[in-house]
Parts: sequence; C-alpha cells; structure tokens
Amino acid sequence: MFKKVLIANRGEIAVRIIRACREMGIATVAVYSDVDRGALHVRKSDEAYLIGPAPAAESYLRVDKILDAAKRSGAEAIHPGYGFLSENANFAQGCADAGIKFIGPTPHSMRLMGSKTSARQQMEKAGVPFVPGTSRGLISWEEGEEVAERIGYPIMLKASAGGGGKGMRLVASRQELRSALESARSEAQRSFGDSEVYIEKAILNPRHIEMQVLADEHGNTVWLGERECSIQRRHQKVLEEAPSPMVDPDMRRRMGEVAVKVAQAAAYTNAGTVEFLVDPQKNFYFLEMNTRLQVEHPVTELTTGFDLVHLQLRIAAGEKLPYAQSDVKVRGHAIECRIYAEDPDNNYFPSPGKITVLLQPSGPGIRRDSGMYEGWMVPVDYDPLLAKLIGFGTDREQAIMRLRRALYEYFVAGIKTNISLFQRILGDTDFQAARVDTGFLDRMLAKANPSVTSAAPEEEIKVLEAIAAIAAGMFAVLDPTLLPGQSGSASGTNSGLAPESRWKQAGRSETLR
Amino acid sequence: MIYEVIVAGKTHRLELEATASGGWQCRLDGQTVEIDALIPRRDVLSLLVNGRSYEVKREKTATDLHMWVGSSRFAVELRDPRSLRSRLHAAANDKGPKKIVAPMPGRIVRVLVEEGSEVLAGQGLVVVEAMKMQNEIKSPKKGIVKKISATVGAAVNPGDVLGIVE
Repeated sequence: MFKKVLIANRGEIAVRIIRACREMGIATVAVYSDVDRGALHVRKSDEAYLIGPAPAAESYLRVDKILDAAKRSGAEAIHPGYGFLSENANFAQGCADAGIKFIGPTPHSMRLMGSKTSARQQMEKAGVPFVPGTSRGLISWEEGEEVAERIGYPIMLKASAGGGGKGMRLVASRQELRSALESARSEAQRSFGDSEVYIEKAILNPRHIEMQVLADEHGNTVWLGERECSIQRRHQKVLEEAPSPMVDPDMRRRMGEVAVKVAQAAAYTNAGTVEFLVDPQKNFYFLEMNTRLQVEHPVTELTTGFDLVHLQLRIAAGEKLPYAQSDVKVRGHAIECRIYAEDPDNNYFPSPGKITVLLQPSGPGIRRDSGMYEGWMVPVDYDPLLAKLIGFGTDREQAIMRLRRALYEYFVAGIKTNISLFQRILGDTDFQAARVDTGFLDRMLAKANPSVTSAAPEEEIKVLEAIAAIAAGMFAVLDPTLLPGQSGSASGTNSGLAPESRWKQAGRSETLR
Repeated sequence: MIYEVIVAGKTHRLELEATASGGWQCRLDGQTVEIDALIPRRDVLSLLVNGRSYEVKREKTATDLHMWVGSSRFAVELRDPRSLRSRLHAAANDKGPKKIVAPMPGRIVRVLVEEGSEVLAGQGLVVVEAMKMQNEIKSPKKGIVKKISATVGAAVNPGDVLGIVE
C-alpha cells in the first residue's frame, strides 16, 4: 500500500479522501490556491503545498504545479477526486511519466470514453444498447436530415466533446433541424473548441440512472448497483438515491451486466460509472461513462457497505478486488442532498461569502460529507458544492423521514444555501411516490411561492407565519445587531430602505459585533 | 416596542412589552399572547408560546432577511413605524432614483447599458460572475440609467452599488 498520497482537489471531496487515507494509515498531501489557505482540506491533511492564485486554471488545473508538489512531498500516488483534472487523460499520462500512480483508469480508457462519438463506436462493437442515432459526427445538413428521418423526430443534437448541456439541441421537426444544427455547432465550437455534433433519438422525460462499477488491474470487474439521478437542474444533479425505485432485481442485474461489458470493452480499471437513460417502458440506453469517483458515491457505499475510496486505493496499489459479484448485496435505501451555496430567492444563483452560523445535523442514519465550517469564507472562484447530506434507512420511506429530520436541524447563515429546496422535494407527493424524471425539479419549482418554503399544511403555515413575525420582533429587541429599518425584504428591490443606507448600517453593525 | 412586520408579503402589527416575570407580553394584530424568549446563540431564538416550543433561526444577508421556523422559511421585513425613514420609504415605493446593488460577491464581466440610456423594468444592466455562473442584475424599474459605477473586471461585494436608475 502507498505510504503517502496527494489529493489534487479541494472542498468536501478532498476531505472525504483524506479521511479514507487516515483510516488506512496513509499520509496525505493537500494542494491549495491563494484563497484556500483556510479551507478544511488544508487543515485536515498532513502536508499542504500552495500551487497558485485563485483561478482554477492557474492552480487546481495546473498539471506541472501539482506534479511538482507530488515530487517535493514524495507522494507515490495522486487521487484526483471529481471535477478539475479527474477526467483529463493528459494529467493521468503526466503522472505515469513522472512515476506517480494515478488513482483512476489508464489514459487510454479515459480518452476512449472522453469523446462521446468514440465511446458510442466502441459500445456499438461490444453490443451495448444505446440511444439510436449516429456514432460519428454529422458531415452535412442533408445527412442529418436523412438520419433524423430514419430514427424519427423528436431528435437530440449533441456535441461529441459535450457536457453540461452545452452544444445540445432538442429538435421536434424537420423545419427546425437546419438552424438547430448551426447553433449547436457554433456553441460546441465556442465551449469545447470542437464543433463535431451527432444525432440521437430524443427520449422525452427520461430517467437518469447510473451503475457503479469497480475493476481491478487483474481483469476482475464487478457492478455495485444503480443510482437514480433524475432530480436535476440546469443538467446538474441535485439529489440522488440508491437503489432506484423503478429498478427491480432483474433489471438491476441486466444493467449491471451491461455496465461490466462497457467497462471491459474500454479495458477499464478502478472506480467508474456507466450512465443510462431509461424510458418509461424501462428500456435503458448507454449514455456515457464517467471515468472517476462520482459526487454521489456515498449512496452506493451505504447500500452496499463498501468504502469506494478504500477500494480505489487498494486497486491502484495493485491489489485484487476483495469481493466477487456474488458478495455484492444491495440493502436498505440511501438518498443524498447536495448542499450548494445557492440563493433560492434569486433563481438559485451562486451565493458565496462568509459562513457566520453553522448548525449541523447528526444522529441515526445520517452521514454528512462537508467542506465548510463556521467562520469560513466560501470563495467565489469554484463550484458551489458545500456539503452532502446523506440519509440511510431500511427502506425509502425511512430514508426520506430521516433526511427531513436532519434538514430540520441543518442551518447555515451568512450565505444562502439550497437547504430549503430539499424540504420541498422530500415533502412533494410525486417525489414520495417516486414519480420522477429529469423534468421533475423544473416542474416543481414552477408552481412555487418564492417567499415561503414549507411542507406544512395550509392552516399550520398561518401559525408559523405568526411565530416568524413575533421572532423577527424578538430578535430586534434581544439582539441589537439587527435594528429595525436595517432589515431587508424578499425581493431586495422594494425594500424599506435605500440600499446604500442599509449597507452603511450593516457596516456600522459589523463594528458593533 | 411597536413594529410593522411583513411576513411573506402580509403586513402585521406587533407590540412587545417586557413583563414583571421576565417574559414578554406580545400583541400581534390585536391578539395577545405571553411568550418566553431566549437567544442561546447568535441568530438562534428559542420561543415558548403556551407550552409550545419553537426554534427560530435568522438568515440575514446584505439584501434580505428570512426567518426559519423549524423547516419552514419565510421572507421577512421589519420596520419601526415611528422611524421617519421607514415611513418615507413606504411612501416612496417606485418613485425616485433606485440604486442597483450586487446581491452576491463576484466579478463584473459585462456592462450591458450605457449611462443615459432608457431601460425597462427587468432589463439586464450588469453581468456578475460568481462560482462559474453568470448572473444578470436587472433593472428594478423603467427609467433612465443615471449612473453606472460598475467596471468590467472589478470584484464586488454584496450590497455594493453598481449603478442608479431613475
């Protein structure tokens, strides 16, 4: 086993990996940018090296600086976490060239899965079911028209190098195809420097379900069960659960077997995830493979009892998988809430700043993977993910109850977070009945009253409103840091005070503290 | 103490008076209750009302105020009706110049309008980037852009004035 590992990441995932290393007696090396000196991963690691200024392109994305820190510290391996360099084949190659083990797949597997069209070609050969369409970039508009006619509208145009919804267009009819193709191409060129676009049949209101796989370097590959990731916003996952309520044991086994086939076709090693789109008839189609540890890996850990980061380290150190497929049993139910620094009063726009108060939940069935602490300044430069709150229960209903109880205890002040959103999702009757697809969250938000977030019944809300009114007054009386007239309003534009004087008063009250 | 409290858009009149026993006499919209209130830590209030226990948390940022009663979250505005400023602003509403403020820290990436140009309510004025996302700061009213103080590339803090629309 390695004696020292460098973690090329920050935030909650860096802390999560540092914890696994400490459990296994492995020394840890953190890297950090100028604004992350006070970040939790720097405080929790055994060694820490400054790698540059705040912008990720000058620090966390700098292969040379990270390799330099690894050499200086004598780290034998690098864990990339997720995001940043985790799916960058050149970084994995750079590690190999420097004699440092990259904890993840080989550069070859990463390159194969990195391009969506080359992945489709490979899977076509391996006989994996995928969404009907082309496996090569479109050469002309006429070719696009011919393919679309053959598979039938609606179709989806997608960028080969794509991700995050960029270069993606839903096309309902032939009339729309030409302009959609042009705009998808130019967006793909701008976003990825590659204008290649291909066609897929559009699956309307699909579910997004993915399968976790683990492969060692001795040819053994196992699947660890699926995760339902249909609760999304702006193509970003918000809440994930395992197992998926729509997947039965037979479907799970079939998906698992396909996922293993995908991994083997790519000569895949270490932890990876095969993503599927699932239509309402339970047909599943290969979407892509994520060649890294996923944000939502804890729900799989809770339902299988395996520690994926421990296993990643053991596989990278050359050990054989300690479990066979028959040892994998999915038990209980786990749901993860991604706690983002986002403003629910401003369309969930990021909300960085200083955390002035932090009350954190614990208790039965609750796991919290967090990168924040009270007094910490959340920087403006990175992803807004602060923490993950995961609830576990013997069944889905109990997992939901435990999470709602834990969210009741969770409170962050100083910045805005999306904690209130999860109370709404978990209290929603469609969610509770597992009637979800990728459009669920947008539909739920469209019917919301922005100034109240509550899952309480109508008549109880009246009482709670009265309590809120009394409490606002009591805070003003008992705590002089909030004087009347200094308060804001829901919208911020029709408030009781001009912004400048409020700002001045806020400044004054800061000095009173 | 007399306050005007707006909770989720509804205005309430609140009177609070200390009692001899250390509690508070509370009159909300004419209804009277006796309450026991304690702040065990910053931004957390424990309220006992007729034996019912409520934990209320205060979420305050540069631009707005929310009360969490258990798991329910309410937008709240608090005014002292005796304060001249409160009265003036309650009356002023949409008239007069409006300052455009940054709701969150970030960097200015674009300025969409010029000083002197005419804008509609809801029209984008300035784009602020934070955490890899761009946010358009919109005009609160129809009018003329009197001043733009935002400069491209500059860092801003919540509450910073980016411009004025009159």
